[in-house]
Amino acid sequence: MIPAAFDYHAPKSLAEAVGLLSQYGDGAKVLSGGQSLLPLLKLRLGQAAHLVDIGRIPGLEYIKEEGGMLRIGGRTRESALEHSDLIRSRYPILLDTVLVIADPLVRNMATVGGNLAHGDPGNDHPATMLVLGAQVVATGPKGERVIPVDKFFLGLFSTALKPDEIVTEIRIPMPAARSGGAYVKFERKVGDYATAAAAASITLAANGTIAQAGLALTNMGPTSVRATAAEQQLVGKKPDAAVLESAARAAAQATSPNADRRGATDYKKEMGRVLAVRALKKALARAGGN
Amino acid sequence: MATHTIEVTVNGEKHQATVESRLLLVHLLREQLRLTGTHIGCDTTHCGACTILLDGQPVKSCTVLAVQADGHQLTTVEGLEKDGKLHPIQEGFWEKHGLQCGFCTPGMMMTSCALLARNKKPTELEIREAISGNLCRCTGYVNIVKAIQMAAERLA
Repeated sequence: MIPAAFDYHAPKSLAEAVGLLSQYGDGAKVLSGGQSLLPLLKLRLGQAAHLVDIGRIPGLEYIKEEGGMLRIGGRTRESALEHSDLIRSRYPILLDTVLVIADPLVRNMATVGGNLAHGDPGNDHPATMLVLGAQVVATGPKGERVIPVDKFFLGLFSTALKPDEIVTEIRIPMPAARSGGAYVKFERKVGDYATAAAAASITLAANGTIAQAGLALTNMGPTSVRATAAEQQLVGKKPDAAVLESAARAAAQATSPNADRRGATDYKKEMGRVLAVRALKKALARAGGN
Repeated sequence: MATHTIEVTVNGEKHQATVESRLLLVHLLREQLRLTGTHIGCDTTHCGACTILLDGQPVKSCTVLAVQADGHQLTTVEGLEKDGKLHPIQEGFWEKHGLQCGFCTPGMMMTSCALLARNKKPTELEIREAISGNLCRCTGYVNIVKAIQMAAERLA
């Protein structure tokens, strides 16, 4: 399959890239790892007159802790996260997530910024970023803008990014003491989008109750769904099985998955509930609870 | 139509090519450079038949633009054999019968080479995870794993 014709630009700096995006407006698309964009163009489900490849701009690939935040360069490849000692030792929820994104070959090209900017509810990073309270840094003609990830996903393939903005960094608060997170995905085969998946984070207070909770589900609606009602149920409670199961039920009830070849609506909701329980239990264990 | 003059190093040899923006890397390799060992399978980023090494990392060349490879080092299955001698990964696939129809084999071998370059002694699980983006529709995975294990022993 051959994409429809387009012009390709390979800017050497962010300013040049933003300039090209401003110039071509809606006709331009950012090419990051290309593992979602190129299949769309090949299948002709999408079209772009101009591709602006940010792969030759130095300084967009890094993973570091600085100023109380984990900072991931927008063009950092998924495989870099997968092999990062920092991620492996300090952010197991991110390792859980990256290991179920597509397959190892795709992860050698695919980028974290691209996974978010694409706005696909089937992508795995959004739910994880929602429960971690991440921020997306977008660079445009007026400089940098920090978008809380809660305000980033607007709808199916739609984000808060303007056509002339590029995701240049993802910021995640460094984990608090006695906190843990997990991402659990159910897929038909390696490389598939989730039938359902759940991200959870838990921080325990000194008395063993839940001080903070995050819960979000993947591919269960037009965007990844943050289960705010379920999170509120968890805070202040002692994390026993009944509490976790009740929160997972509330989370699944608040979703609106489409029936498709991955399953019927009721089945997906039930899978969402089951996976939410598993993610909460795993997050709790990692936080040092039982 | 925008065209670009690019330079790629394929299996150690420099090539210049004039390419349209939309030309996929796999088509550059197969149709312009006539390196047809790299196969096109699904054409939808699923099967891994088109796997090559881009700066040493295995990628699906049907999902990379040729122009993105400008200035980069590529290795295809044709680059494995040296001076008429098969690469240990090729010997492994031969001796352990790691192929049936052979369509997935070039991609499987390129992924395996990259695995063995970063992990000299992979476990069976690590091998299976590494090749999880390469599909064998003959389902000959048992012998593919044995072939990679044999290559790992020979390379050790």
